[in-house]
Amino acid sequence: MDIFGSFALILAFLAAAYTFAAGIAGAITRRPLLTRSARHAGMAVFGLVTLAVASLEYFFFTDNFSMAYIAAHSNRALPAFYKFAALWAGQEGSLLFWSWLLSTYVFLALFVNRNKHPELMPYAGVVMAGVQIFFLTLNNFVASPFGVLGGPDASGTMRLAALGDGHGLNPLLQYPEMVIHPPMLYLGYTGFTIPFAFALAALLGRYPGEKWIHITRRWTMIAWCFQSIGILLGAHWAYAVLGWGGYWAWDPVENASLLPWITGTAFLHSVMMQEKRGMLKVWNVWLVFTTFMLCILGTLLTRSGVISSVHAFAQSSIGNWFVGFLALVFIVCFWSYWLNRDYLRSDNTLDSLVSRESSFLFNNLILLAACFAVLWGTLFPVLSEWVVGNKISVGPPFFNKVNIPIALFSLLLTGVGPLLAWRKTSFDALRRNFAWPVIIGVLSGTVAFAFGFREIYSLICLILCVFVTLSIASEFYRGARVIAARDGSNILTAIGDLTMRNTRRYGGYIVHFGMVLIFIGIAGSAFNKDIQMEMAPGQSLAIGPYRILCQNFDRVANSNFESERATLEIFRNGRSEMMLYPERRFFLASEVTETMVAVQSKPLHDLYVVYAGRSPETGKPVIHAYINPLVKWIWFGGIIVVLGTGLALLPNRRAALVLKPLAEQSWGDAVAKSASPIGAIARSSDAHD
Amino acid sequence: MKARAKFLTGSGIIVVTLVSLAYVGFTQSKTYYHTISELGALHGAALHQRMRVSGNVRAGSIEHLSGRVDFVLEEQGRSLPISYTGRDPLPDTFKDGAQALVEGRLTPDGRFNAEQVQAKCASKYEATPDQSPGAAQPGRT
Repeated sequence: MDIFGSFALILAFLAAAYTFAAGIAGAITRRPLLTRSARHAGMAVFGLVTLAVASLEYFFFTDNFSMAYIAAHSNRALPAFYKFAALWAGQEGSLLFWSWLLSTYVFLALFVNRNKHPELMPYAGVVMAGVQIFFLTLNNFVASPFGVLGGPDASGTMRLAALGDGHGLNPLLQYPEMVIHPPMLYLGYTGFTIPFAFALAALLGRYPGEKWIHITRRWTMIAWCFQSIGILLGAHWAYAVLGWGGYWAWDPVENASLLPWITGTAFLHSVMMQEKRGMLKVWNVWLVFTTFMLCILGTLLTRSGVISSVHAFAQSSIGNWFVGFLALVFIVCFWSYWLNRDYLRSDNTLDSLVSRESSFLFNNLILLAACFAVLWGTLFPVLSEWVVGNKISVGPPFFNKVNIPIALFSLLLTGVGPLLAWRKTSFDALRRNFAWPVIIGVLSGTVAFAFGFREIYSLICLILCVFVTLSIASEFYRGARVIAARDGSNILTAIGDLTMRNTRRYGGYIVHFGMVLIFIGIAGSAFNKDIQMEMAPGQSLAIGPYRILCQNFDRVANSNFESERATLEIFRNGRSEMMLYPERRFFLASEVTETMVAVQSKPLHDLYVVYAGRSPETGKPVIHAYINPLVKWIWFGGIIVVLGTGLALLPNRRAALVLKPLAEQSWGDAVAKSASPIGAIARSSDAHD
Repeated sequence: MKARAKFLTGSGIIVVTLVSLAYVGFTQSKTYYHTISELGALHGAALHQRMRVSGNVRAGSIEHLSGRVDFVLEEQGRSLPISYTGRDPLPDTFKDGAQALVEGRLTPDGRFNAEQVQAKCASKYEATPDQSPGAAQPGRT
């Protein structure tokens, strides 16, 4: 069976190589037959990698411990759910899984566009095959997941050795989210390959106009959405499993996943500049190139152990391959840009500082600054070692100092930008659109300050969150009022109607609202409290509004782990409210102890209780309790972001009456100036999409 | 002023602000990484910097005292006495023989005052599973 898997992988490599070569030949000779066979080979890669993945999963489920990878990452007692997820528990399997996701994307991109864009697709197919060749090289020749245990015996014949049981899955990964988190993040990382391939293809083939942006818009949003889910699930995993009371530590691997997300966010916004105004062409191409390179860098940082991280991934020499690939990608990108730079000339220039264009420019500027700061801070130990020969690392204060103001400024732009008109916004329009959100925002800030709310960043965040929420709500309301007046429908129906007519715009607002909720949740961390205490049964501690009474300690065991557990009764205002059971588990196969946190999550705060172990002096159990305000808003905001992105992916429903757009105006201007409300809708539906 | 000039001015202000914030954050949190043998050669200001040191926890050296935990880190035959005074519980992976990374400052008496301790045990799941002859079942390829 191992022969089967490795054979499928070799064939996948050959198919990708053929796609690459035949694609180039097809693009040069313009013979449709070659191009078609290249496309079919590109699609076949998907089937072959799928077979390899299926074969490895088969070994996991049949407990085949003669396979090195299975023996290292699974054991007989491991629940089936985790046997499945053990595929991506280690280096080799992760890279195979990576190739498989990539080949899935490539298959879909080739299939969806099989009869479209005959000038662009051959180039895009070649770029995608090039990326696949790299990963399949790693799968086949550098980090094969199909290695077997054993070696040649005295007589020179190969002998297989099999272990009675495997070493088990890293207990840190034995958590439901760990089954979903890596696939989501990988779907983000690999997904950016598609917009990258089309951008490079458009540049190489000098494909006319902004079409590659239209083609890849949904692909970019899908990759961005998965990346967002992956980052948030990772944060939630860190919060729920690592037991230190927080969700983000500026760890290199966390940062690595954040980097392409930041540039991807910048890209999603700046493409609108190119679609609407023909500006920022060079910038967009480089943004998508950078995003892809950051995805590769992210894999490099995660997989190579170049920078020490709490994520216990083995050190390996695989980093050199990634560095080489990154250099190659950069050379190819730069070379194609240099040859075709005249093709990227801008059609327009900036007209006014108070305009949609400049808000996008500022958005891009600060996102790039954030990306640069995070990249700099993450790579600083490596850079300083090269330059001054001394490893210097920077900690959370550096990241927070730079990124909190950036985040707040981008939150401000989230509220301001969409209400500004393209080209130029009049003072009247500004007053009309912003007066109420600003007044109410500042008012709520004043009230909060009066009630003793003194954390400056959290206070600014609060004001901005109110402002942005109101400006988003006013956008929905203004548009819906026009529809409601025309159709005589109620305002809620009108809001639904409005949203479905321009899903990209209103879906985007919903994503913005989700981000507001995430900001509220993060701002809550300024008010975290915690207390640590030795507790014997009968003792209690007080934190925030709660009193925690220790009732009992006991031990539970199953075939996978033994655990020591505290039984805590939680009182609020003298009334018993619930029981919490923080645990420490000792995993038998891997001989590792892990903390199982008990969290009671409520809209206003989480009560987060850790059984920190027994005090070595007294032998009494130590309980560490935290009150983390508003954390739930982060996860809830994440769900809203995903729903908003999903909405933005839907096609627009046509308005009943579509008039030709007269001029590009913002919603506010269009509604105010238009004599006919219907004309305003038809126009505005073009203004943003 | 033209829009472009205004935009560039605005960008300039933003960039300068961010760079100065970054500089402040950097000086507050920069941490030097040293090996135990390098510590002896440090002098002057370098002695008082925040630093990270890694090594293996000497077996039997972990002593829990009131308010602190003392232990000894070893690396290539050299050792460094550490006092951990942080308030977080030590990680589960922190035990005899574990690889530990401590962050803090050197005190004048030559001890290292650690505010943070990270530990990574030579964990079983990362080891290559080629040495368990007892369980091995020979087979033929």
